[in-house]
Amino acid sequence: MIVMVIRRLVQSIIVMLTVGLIAFSLFRFVGDPIAQMVGQDTPIEVREKMREELGLNDAVLIQFMRFAGNTVRGEFGISFRIGRPVSELIVERLPATLELSLIAALFALAAGIPMGIYTGLHPGRWLSKVFLTVSLVGVSLPTFFIGILLILVFGVVLGWLPTFGRGDVVALGAWSTGLLTVSGLKSIIMPAFTLGLFQLTLTMRLVRSEILEVMRTDFIKFARARGLTNRAVNFGHALKNTLVPVITITGLQLGGIIAFAIITETVFQWPGMGLLFVQAVEFADIPVMSTYLVLIAFFFVVINLTVDILYFVVDPRLRVEAPGSRGH
Amino acid sequence: MKIQDRLSETLRRFFDSDIWFSFTRSRITVAAASITLAYALGALLAPWVSPHNPFDPGSLNLMDAFTPPFWYEDGQLNFLLGTDDQGRDIFSTILYGSRISLMVGLAAMVMAMVIGVTLGLLSGYVGGAVDNFIMRIADITLSIPALLLAMLINGVVRSILPNVSHDDSALFVLVLAIGVSSWPPFARTVRGSTMVERNKEYVAAARIIGRSPWAIMLRHVLPNVMGPVLVIVTIGLAVAILTEASLSFLGVGMPPTTPSLGTLIRIGNDFLFSGEWWIVVFPGTALAVLILSVNLLGDWLRDALNPKLR
Repeated sequence: MIVMVIRRLVQSIIVMLTVGLIAFSLFRFVGDPIAQMVGQDTPIEVREKMREELGLNDAVLIQFMRFAGNTVRGEFGISFRIGRPVSELIVERLPATLELSLIAALFALAAGIPMGIYTGLHPGRWLSKVFLTVSLVGVSLPTFFIGILLILVFGVVLGWLPTFGRGDVVALGAWSTGLLTVSGLKSIIMPAFTLGLFQLTLTMRLVRSEILEVMRTDFIKFARARGLTNRAVNFGHALKNTLVPVITITGLQLGGIIAFAIITETVFQWPGMGLLFVQAVEFADIPVMSTYLVLIAFFFVVINLTVDILYFVVDPRLRVEAPGSRGH
Repeated sequence: MKIQDRLSETLRRFFDSDIWFSFTRSRITVAAASITLAYALGALLAPWVSPHNPFDPGSLNLMDAFTPPFWYEDGQLNFLLGTDDQGRDIFSTILYGSRISLMVGLAAMVMAMVIGVTLGLLSGYVGGAVDNFIMRIADITLSIPALLLAMLINGVVRSILPNVSHDDSALFVLVLAIGVSSWPPFARTVRGSTMVERNKEYVAAARIIGRSPWAIMLRHVLPNVMGPVLVIVTIGLAVAILTEASLSFLGVGMPPTTPSLGTLIRIGNDFLFSGEWWIVVFPGTALAVLILSVNLLGDWLRDALNPKLR
């Protein structure tokens, strides 16, 4: 197992380096950052001076070395657009995105797993059919359209919920949370629902198909033959054996949630990293874009690593490293 | 046998098959297929069936801007679903928009299929280091959400191309971005079934009579591994249309001059608070219905081709 973890770690480091190189080399060449920062009538001398100060005139290799070194130290340069250190911006924006993603993921799991179990155990009942239909609609409705409809209904027509921003925030040290104020809680309902709905349907369908699959196996028949109660069979035997794929997908979904947060944050003008990223793309704000990419890649690597390790905890079959047992 | 006989024979076998039976049995699937077909026809024939040409600046009249749908008091039957801020007929823009959305989705899926099936065949048939290498790349590609990857590829290609050609090349850039980011499911599935087929006798026989590896892969193995590919294409098509719409909504997809459904929603979003809801709701609904129909078709196809579930 330790060999596996080390191999995964090396893989992760390679991935991080590659992403770092891509983040740097690609966005170094997008647009002309100086032209975005200054007005049309700025004289060429001033432009040149700024170019020199931002280090855009140095050799590309030197720029990359500087970039990599700074990234490891947590210094991501100064935003071309806002003129403040990117690390500051990220620290400001990170809590908003993480809170939103976490609430959305919790919502997806808390609703998706029970719905999946129900539809898996009772495939014929009408409530299952309702769940499945709703889930299909959830998969088919584009995230941003759900958000827009919610804004239209609950924000514009009914006026119950705020349509943009995260409401009042409370500072807990460096972390600003919107979860402790009424307006903050009200603000997170629609974005979290929008973001979580897609993941909810995925979770539900996955749990359902796994349960359906497992219910056909011999050990479930045997458990029934032993006279175990429905409850023991369903939750002790069936559910336990569906957990591996659920953990994988949930883990990988966390990454998906953070990526999809870009859309949700755009719709609701949620002041998180995704919105920062979209705005950065529009303004060719290289330091912000590359930082976002590196950070997202880092999240993914950590999540994938955690999922791999969780496998071993959940599935004892994987702990036996017998030769020839692969592919089973 | 004459061509006509062969055709009628094929048709007869198709209508006798399990798949056709299960298709006619499921009303939802028939409905989904009809809707998808309607979209395809509407998109294909958009220049002839749409009441206006929304992309001919000469025919637009700013006085028509913000006309509400026809059932409103100041709505006009001329503009069934109202008009947007430039006086473009919403119904017509939806027809033209679906055309672009479907085109991008289909082209991206064809591209993903060609890349994925080729790499999957290679991976499964050759095995060893080639297999390892291809599958690692697939793993990495899969671990990044398609949307993010497509945004990245989109940004890269845009940065390489000169600024002026962005609007003209947007369609190709989107196809490339979505196609490249969605090949791994094809590669994985094809690889799996190829590894099974490789050990069968007909492949050994083909090898003994001296057929080249490429001929064996393409002429013998490929036809036997294409079944699941069809399912992935259908489900992938829905995802590709969704990804395209998301990119366009975020402003990195189709430009407002040749809008896809996603671009239309982006445009309409600006008028949400001023009461012109029809500019965003109709294109959005059109997109959702399209994706829903394609998804339903994909679901049915997956179940119909998977005997385990029957």
